[in-house]
Amino acid sequence: MKPFYAVLGVVVVAGAGWLVWASRTTPAAPPATSGPVPVAADGFRGYVLGSDSAPVEVVEYADFQCPHCGEFAVLQLPTIRQQLIATGKLRWRLRDYPIGNFPWSRVSALAAHCAGEQGKFWPMADTLFLTQSQWGRSSRDPSGYFRDLARGLNLDRDRFDACLASNRYAGRIEASHQEGEARGVTGTPTFFVNGRPWPDERNVSSDRFKQVVDSVIAARHKR
Amino acid sequence: MRHRQTIALLALIGFFIALYLWLYKIGAIGVLKCGSGACEAVQTSRWADFLGAPVALYGVVGYAVLFLVALVGAQPAFATRRAPTVILAVLASSGLLFTLYLTYLELAVIHAICRWCVGSAVIITVIWVVSMIGLKTWGAGGVGVAQEDRLPVSLPPP
Repeated sequence: MKPFYAVLGVVVVAGAGWLVWASRTTPAAPPATSGPVPVAADGFRGYVLGSDSAPVEVVEYADFQCPHCGEFAVLQLPTIRQQLIATGKLRWRLRDYPIGNFPWSRVSALAAHCAGEQGKFWPMADTLFLTQSQWGRSSRDPSGYFRDLARGLNLDRDRFDACLASNRYAGRIEASHQEGEARGVTGTPTFFVNGRPWPDERNVSSDRFKQVVDSVIAARHKR
Repeated sequence: MRHRQTIALLALIGFFIALYLWLYKIGAIGVLKCGSGACEAVQTSRWADFLGAPVALYGVVGYAVLFLVALVGAQPAFATRRAPTVILAVLASSGLLFTLYLTYLELAVIHAICRWCVGSAVIITVIWVVSMIGLKTWGAGGVGVAQEDRLPVSLPPP
């Protein structure tokens, strides 16, 4: 029995040591600002793609550092834009839902809002998702990388830098996060179709979006 | 006895893997050491929660229970009892079924593979195999039967 307990002891010591090492070398995400972030009360309801008169609205709660959101944005959203948004069937509203596990969730959301200040939210959002693997795994603050992205999008860099430094959209991001929590969002991406939760959480393909949007429109015509 | 010790050891390793994923889930660890980055895709997806609790927490609790049952069952006082072997087989089978469901989600729904989840899946599979071997050999000359068979010999003469 003694060798058995010796092996168990080795595993316990090794496992505990490994966990301590992992928690120290990759500490939990730092908050964007020290102290609680004041929630914005400006009534901002997210950036929108598509026509105001579109019969269907999808609200997506997303995190720019979430790989699943990145995969969706890169692989599915272009087709949805082409087939549903551009044709006037669908309006897309993107809301921030920064996940606490990711260190750069809030600063990447801030970068997108700062680009939005110069009218380029969606190009920046697309670029952030597309380049996620470049900055998302960095252990250092990727703000410098975001500045390079801003330059690539022909943004006014001084204005973009000032916006990032001011953290002025932190309240909006937090308000969006709290709104998501109130709606029961627990992970990203999470979708709502005309206010109702996405009906098929295991399938978020562009084909499934087309089916759902078409069925909602067909149901409206029947009434 | 040997199969219970093996399960205790494997369950302890699985416990630390599940604990690592759970600590990440609650924000105590910032970035998973994963290599491919697919661990975060899995751990941050909506399927990382099951019935309102993180999947990793089920792993922590499950492995802890497996470890404790196996450890208690490995004590000499329990060597002749069949109950720990049966409980381990039931727990391992439940864990294996849950793991199969999670692996299906990774492959068919999330389309991402978390290396730590694969590690846990391998461990629970081996635990299940060992528990089945323990269950099968119990009635065919295993330690418990051998000791139980010896009991009448030591009885005092009438």
